[in-house]
Amino acid sequence: MLESRRFVIIGFFALVGVIYLLRLFYLQVLDESYSIESSSNSIKRVTEIPFRGQIYDRYGKLIVYNTPVYDLLVTPSKVRMDDTLRFCKVLGIEKRDFDSLMTAAGNYSRVKPSLFLRQLSKEDFASIQDIMVDYSGFEFAKSSLRTYTAPTLANTLGYVSEVTKGQLERQEEPYYRQGDYIGQSGVEKIYENELRGKRGTKFVMQNVNGVYKGPWKNGELDTMAVAGENLHTGLDLEVQQYADSLMVNKVGSVVAIEPKTGQIISMVSAPTYDPNILASRYFSKNFAALARNPYKPLFNRPVMASYRPGSTFKLIQALIGLQEGVITPGSGFTHANCPVGCHNHPATSTVALGVAHSCNPYFYNVFRRLIYKNNIKNTFRASAVGLDAWHDDIAKFGIGQRLGIDLPSEYKGNLPNKKYYDRFYGEYRWKFSNIYSLSIGEGELLITPLKMANVAAIIANRGYFYTPHVIHGIGDKRTVKPEFLERHETGVEPHNFEPVIEGMIGAVEAGTARRSRVEGISIAGKTGTSQNKRGDDHSIFIAFAPVEDPKIAIAVFVENAGAGGSAAAPIANLIIEKYLSRKVTNKALEERMMKLDLMSKVILPTQKKPASADSTKKKTEETKPVNGDPNSPENRRPGTPHPNNPAAMRKPVVATLPKGNQQKAL
Amino acid sequence: MAESKPITKNVDWMVVLIYIACLAIGWLNIYAAVYNPEAHTSMFDLSNNAGKQLMWIGTAALLIVCILVIDYKFYETFSFVIYAVVIFLLVVVLFAGSNINGSRSWIKLGSFSLQPAEFSKLAISLAISKYLSDPAISLTRKLKDYYPIMGIIALPAFLILLSNETGSMLVFASFAIVLYREGMPGFIPAIGIIGAALLIITLLFVKWYIAGAIIVIAGLVIWLMPVMTRRRGGLWATIIIAIGMIGIVFGVDFFMNNVLQKHQRGRIMVLLDPDSDPRGIGWNVIQSKIAIGSGGLTGKGFLQGTQTKFDFVPEQSTDFIFCTVGEEHGFLGTAIVVFLFIALISRLVVLAERQRSRFARVYGYCVAGIIFFHFLVNVGMTIGLMPVIGIPLPFFSYGGSSLWSFSVLLFIFLKIDAQRPFTLSRA
Repeated sequence: MLESRRFVIIGFFALVGVIYLLRLFYLQVLDESYSIESSSNSIKRVTEIPFRGQIYDRYGKLIVYNTPVYDLLVTPSKVRMDDTLRFCKVLGIEKRDFDSLMTAAGNYSRVKPSLFLRQLSKEDFASIQDIMVDYSGFEFAKSSLRTYTAPTLANTLGYVSEVTKGQLERQEEPYYRQGDYIGQSGVEKIYENELRGKRGTKFVMQNVNGVYKGPWKNGELDTMAVAGENLHTGLDLEVQQYADSLMVNKVGSVVAIEPKTGQIISMVSAPTYDPNILASRYFSKNFAALARNPYKPLFNRPVMASYRPGSTFKLIQALIGLQEGVITPGSGFTHANCPVGCHNHPATSTVALGVAHSCNPYFYNVFRRLIYKNNIKNTFRASAVGLDAWHDDIAKFGIGQRLGIDLPSEYKGNLPNKKYYDRFYGEYRWKFSNIYSLSIGEGELLITPLKMANVAAIIANRGYFYTPHVIHGIGDKRTVKPEFLERHETGVEPHNFEPVIEGMIGAVEAGTARRSRVEGISIAGKTGTSQNKRGDDHSIFIAFAPVEDPKIAIAVFVENAGAGGSAAAPIANLIIEKYLSRKVTNKALEERMMKLDLMSKVILPTQKKPASADSTKKKTEETKPVNGDPNSPENRRPGTPHPNNPAAMRKPVVATLPKGNQQKAL
Repeated sequence: MAESKPITKNVDWMVVLIYIACLAIGWLNIYAAVYNPEAHTSMFDLSNNAGKQLMWIGTAALLIVCILVIDYKFYETFSFVIYAVVIFLLVVVLFAGSNINGSRSWIKLGSFSLQPAEFSKLAISLAISKYLSDPAISLTRKLKDYYPIMGIIALPAFLILLSNETGSMLVFASFAIVLYREGMPGFIPAIGIIGAALLIITLLFVKWYIAGAIIVIAGLVIWLMPVMTRRRGGLWATIIIAIGMIGIVFGVDFFMNNVLQKHQRGRIMVLLDPDSDPRGIGWNVIQSKIAIGSGGLTGKGFLQGTQTKFDFVPEQSTDFIFCTVGEEHGFLGTAIVVFLFIALISRLVVLAERQRSRFARVYGYCVAGIIFFHFLVNVGMTIGLMPVIGIPLPFFSYGGSSLWSFSVLLFIFLKIDAQRPFTLSRA
């Protein structure tokens, strides 16, 4: 009977064997958590960060490149420190900093290296390298910093910084890890995927103390890092820096476009800063200072700031008017029976003269004819239909929508349509008399400097445009994004442009911008003035040159500089001359513009208007419909949405509107 | 006349082949464990464990030849003498032993050292076999027949305990297998297994739940029990068993806190939750599991292991040699090793059962039990199923004493088995 117990015993052995086999199968085959990639601590994955792509200007001049820097790493358990004070002195840090850095490193790991000092320059590295031999536990790791050949284009190029916590969490595929760098704004952000290159991975073996023990499998699984693609811009670095120098001590924008291709030649956002300060080990300090700066140097004005186009918008009104046939090149209007004011100027008997003298009543009448072009009897209904037709025509110029430039946070602007006014007044409860401010580029219209530069390019091209873009060539093959090669038509026929261009030439030769004309270059331009309750008017000028074969289209916005001819036009014309002939003849004008300091005129958003003024304004709107013109130019900070005040807008304003003091037209 | 027949004809070649396979695989893995990719370690260099192990294998071969040459009756006749010699060595080691790794259990003779505790297994096996070879001894009926066995085991166990080598002592639990085969009532090992299981379960779950579960199960057992069994005392037996189990559940705390030493308690806790102390006691278990787990199905390849090579796994060539197998040869390698062991011990049981003398059978079971227990605990701890107890994997782990003692243990049985046709049955 006892013999049968052998089966129990063998069964028990077999049971243990089966349990162990199952367990081994689970551990080795099924359970992924023990695979080489995920948990092996003897094989370390070392990521090689490639150099970011470099950025060039239109003539192949380098704008952005990478400088090798050195991160100093510390392994706390290996540190033998006899003379801490000397060590601190060499590195230029305080004993206090040293202690806190060591504590932080120790908290992370005693045996693994952690970051001690970031981004030491080559010079620093060379000077301390020898001395570091005396201190064990420290090692250097190569890294790189963005470096800019010129202190310009800060907002266009953008900056690169450590990936934020939010970005880490939001990324769809886990590419970035803590401590990685990522383009945060400008070109660096939009072209992040092209610029960052391909990271390399090396598998190396290390022992239990983290000591390097050679490549894993002789590097069979390793991948090489591939440097990022170089980007070729249409920017002209020399002109850019010249434009920068003209915009010193001013708040505003310059956008210059090559009309035939849509390439951006120059883009100034003033005030600006040296991009190198955000590519250094003092990033956080410098960034905080920029963010605190009341003039908002980080705000990329050319694409983000919103203004009313003012008189520059009359160009589009004239073009649409001609195209829709409501006027002919020979149409003339007088100041009679017109609610909008004007200044003293010769009679405007043609479109060209209307443009050259920027006559407000002229474009009031053009707009009126556009709105009432249909044959609907009811003026409310006619206005509604007319506005939508007008809206669609204007929209083809890129107004009220994103152009699609390769820069982040482009502001859409605002181009009102029927629905927009219905929200305030109710359907068919408004008509032309409520919206006529649009005729001269005021009212609810909002544009960006970029859009107006594009309008200049459209006129230069006589009817079409290519989406303005900074990067015109990716990589060695200089691939251009297909959307930048697509020609956008405005639907206005080329012959309709001639009277308008004639008027623009007149504006520069003898009209509102005559003081800044350039000898030997035919420039067509148009001034604009954006009224501003908070300070002096914003000065606007758009132009293109040469008229016969346009090579540059430009928009200049100078905040609180007064009329368009006072600051914007001279600056624009100087830049045009610089670009076309590589030199500037009118040295006196150049010097005056460079020295012009408008910073004191700029009212900062932080500066509060007097409380009484605020309350007065409200009272006026409520009690006196006289001043409650919804379309009156209001002082508004760039970027803020248009303040909607339906209560005020519903007032019947036409009859009581005083003539001649609402709009300046220069 | 019959005994002049060459031993090669009658020796069990299957066991010999498994033995040789184990030695070969073990030696290659020891070499892999000590292999240094930077210095191209030689397999035959006596300065490293692989070279030394080769020397131990060579000497073990000499020992085996001696064992096979010596008359088989010698072992039975001199059982108690061998036992006495080992006891003597165990006493000597207490006073003259060298301290290695905190246990005073090594006798140093010149450049090499010997661990008498390793040979206590052999001594006890021979002594128990000799004692049980008396046909009058019955483990089924007479309780007093157990006392000498207890004594045979307790004396060396006590001496080993004094020299602080607990791991070797636990191996004596393997004698439960042979005692069970020779008539020990089945409930005794059952109680042991159930007790251990309850200990683990108690540490994992809330005590009251377990107590509730036991009561429910006991109720079910009583309810399903044939009426006759219930009347004959089944009812009370079940109730007493249930109460006993609940007593164990609540006694675990006392056992854990007052009976076990701190490091022993730690090993059990780590078994349940290796992450409770990842840098301390749990380190070995986690690293061992990573090494084995990272091997995958086919392993990283011979000499390509990284976890074992770069000191993540401690004691790589001795107690944790199984990790090297797992890492470099994957599941295929570990499965082969498991098969080798199960085949070996099952074969030993088969051989034991065909013996004509009770001495030979008992001894065979002793050998199978000891090898099984080492396998159970050693492999179990590397895959996180057993607490970390430092005992070697037979024939695989580096170490002269262990290799010698297992070889001697095994080949004495093979010698006895080879003489079986000429042995008269006495059992």
